[in-house]
Amino acid sequence: MNPNKKRLRRTMMFLNAKKPGLIIDPYIYKPDSIMLDLEDAVAEKEKDAARFSLFHALREINYQGIECIVRINGLDTDLWEEDIRCAVAGGADGIRIPKTESPEDVKKVEKAIEEAEQEFGVESGKVLIMAALESAKGVLQALDICQASERLFGIALSGGDYTKDLQTYITGTGIELMGARQQMIIAARAAGVQCFDTVYTDLDDMEGFYKDVETIHMMGFDGKSIINPRQIEPVHKIYTPTNKQIIFAQKVVKEIDEKKKLGIGVFTVDGKMIDIAFYDGAKRTLELAKAAGVLKEEC
Amino acid sequence: MKIEKGAVAGTLESCDCMVTIEPGSGKVELELDSIVMNKYGKQIEKTVLETLHRLEVEDALIRVVDKGALDCTIKARVECAVYRSVGQKKNLPWGGVIRQ
Repeated sequence: MNPNKKRLRRTMMFLNAKKPGLIIDPYIYKPDSIMLDLEDAVAEKEKDAARFSLFHALREINYQGIECIVRINGLDTDLWEEDIRCAVAGGADGIRIPKTESPEDVKKVEKAIEEAEQEFGVESGKVLIMAALESAKGVLQALDICQASERLFGIALSGGDYTKDLQTYITGTGIELMGARQQMIIAARAAGVQCFDTVYTDLDDMEGFYKDVETIHMMGFDGKSIINPRQIEPVHKIYTPTNKQIIFAQKVVKEIDEKKKLGIGVFTVDGKMIDIAFYDGAKRTLELAKAAGVLKEEC
Repeated sequence: MKIEKGAVAGTLESCDCMVTIEPGSGKVELELDSIVMNKYGKQIEKTVLETLHRLEVEDALIRVVDKGALDCTIKARVECAVYRSVGQKKNLPWGGVIRQ
């Protein structure tokens, strides 16, 4: 398995691939991933220009370890295959498929990536896939989409198109997104992949943004698509475990490691019943703490 | 590559450059205007001419108006203008003549 499949992705920041002012230095804001966009942000007559910018940015800018995902144009256009050739040749870490509606969509992209890796001498399996679900049909197919490819590391909700398809709109309450969010996180967890929430477009409403992130954090989402650097810090803050959570997670990991050797499956930590089912969650808490810089030691 | 018709790529936004290319009169001619001409004029000229050389463009008039673009942006805009002039948008030689 590609070791990057499970990497930390609390914030995935969209950037118009055609705009040099945006793509030359996003690493200074320290998002976990950037999503270089060839799709909606780019005007139809500038699609070619965006690819040239993308290619050279990927090749020549040191993004300092930040993951570089490329959002390609839809599979209903004649653009996406060249988008994949360009992204793979440039050295992208992953491809985001817009408007994914079926496992077949993922398989089509997987095949194109395989061909591009071969054509450009890129290590087979290096380029991962994430699928954006933007319609009722896509959301209902979530589990099959999650299981469509070994390269797929996660699914993301795209709220704008999804709410249009539902014949509603973004209300700011999250009510209109509840069903999709719940269905997607369950499907992602059942398939063992990650799940990401949609963008929050009202940059002046930071209070609403906080509430939105708290909601998806409680639901179990791995992170959120963002559109502005000032949304990074609030997300990372909400995703940073508390000191109490960190200490408990350290105890859980230590105790499970020790009790396993003794053949003990169920025991208590701080009065709470613990078994192996708690192990991954505790490890994840420690990884989040490390990523946030509040835990230095190896875990 | 033979420049078939006039083409433009890029913008006059900060960190970008606007490149205009058209058929030349038997050689490559460059007209450059940059906000950082004194400090980086020679480097920009070198990047533009090297990019054209890689693309085997030997006969063109190219105008570059630079607003502080990095090398990677200059290359991207020059290549885009050249490929627009020949009308090619697919099966581009990424990593071939299009490279660092």
